[in-house]
Amino acid sequence: MSTMSTVIQVILVLFLIASAIGVSVTGNLFMAVIIFMGYSSIMAIIWLFLESPDLAITEAAVGAGVDSVLFFLTLKKVHALKGTREG
Amino acid sequence: MALSEKKSFWQKLKAWIDGEEILINADKYISTREKPELPHFAKHFSTENVRSNKKLYRLMSVFVSLVFIGIMLITVTHLPTFGEASNPSNNEVAERYLEQGIEETGAINFVAGMILDYRAFDTFGESNVLFLAVICVVMLLKRDSKNISAAEDQENAEDDVFDMEDLKLILKKGSKTIAPLVILYGIYVVLNGHLSPGGGFSGGSIIGAGLILYSAANGQKKMQTFFTFRTFTLISVACLLTYCGCKSYSFFTGANHVGYEIPKGVPGAILSSGFILPLNICVGLIVACTMYGFYALFTKGEI
Repeated sequence: MSTMSTVIQVILVLFLIASAIGVSVTGNLFMAVIIFMGYSSIMAIIWLFLESPDLAITEAAVGAGVDSVLFFLTLKKVHALKGTREG
Repeated sequence: MALSEKKSFWQKLKAWIDGEEILINADKYISTREKPELPHFAKHFSTENVRSNKKLYRLMSVFVSLVFIGIMLITVTHLPTFGEASNPSNNEVAERYLEQGIEETGAINFVAGMILDYRAFDTFGESNVLFLAVICVVMLLKRDSKNISAAEDQENAEDDVFDMEDLKLILKKGSKTIAPLVILYGIYVVLNGHLSPGGGFSGGSIIGAGLILYSAANGQKKMQTFFTFRTFTLISVACLLTYCGCKSYSFFTGANHVGYEIPKGVPGAILSSGFILPLNICVGLIVACTMYGFYALFTKGEI
């Protein structure tokens, strides 16, 4: 049982590192925000494995939810998103 | 209003705050302004030179980053080993918290006991920082007669028409089903902050996310039927004052909660564990208002 959870944790940490690198490497701001959402969701599961469920709740609500909405709104405000009204 | 006109101090201050002084006199100021004497080094580095050195700058930035990474890594090697018993962080404070925390604070979820009883003033500061942040966003982004262009006005009118139509029927129906559940879960997390994982901040951000979902699907007009700028300010200020009052009370009574009737934490009983429940509710409401306030001000410039 414990080996199983270790394997899952290792996979999660690998995903975490991959998405952390992906955020900084990708040139598309829209993609960067989406990858950041993925990063936050993975981090929330890792907090659960580390036995801190309150941090997991906060990470899921703030990191994956509210933060990315605010990022999108900021990108729209500075006209950095393709497909919005001003291009 | 010309610059030469005599103005009272109050008028001058008002003009300065509104930025009128600069706008009215900007052309005159720029045309009459003397060109500043370039400092000695600037004569040798004109803009053309700066642009041609791009490669050098990239190399320099890599070098600077490497130097900082090196300094940080050297510092890490001097830190005490993680988890060792003789580390300075393993002192009597943590021991006392672990042994007597539940008895002293009455919170079953000890994280809540830590942040809302032992470290309650920290949390008060954090709530104030959130409130200040939303005040700054209101100052910068709130829409009024001085802070809107015709294009933005038209865009908002189009958005309102779009919200009225039944184009987003599935989204609207879906949000009406899901948003109440999200908000209900947030309220559960806030109310059980002292008994189970969660608390004011996490529950508040869940409530805020629910409000954002409802507002994004149904439009700000619909949201304003029950959540206006007035309710926003009322809730935020009332919660901060309640928090301040509760904590001042226990501060002046020597942190003993003299005369406070609600008992210590009992698993399953919401009305227990002293001041932590009202404080959690206050923090939760402030955080929910702030989250929704950020969203509303960023989209439409009004709450």
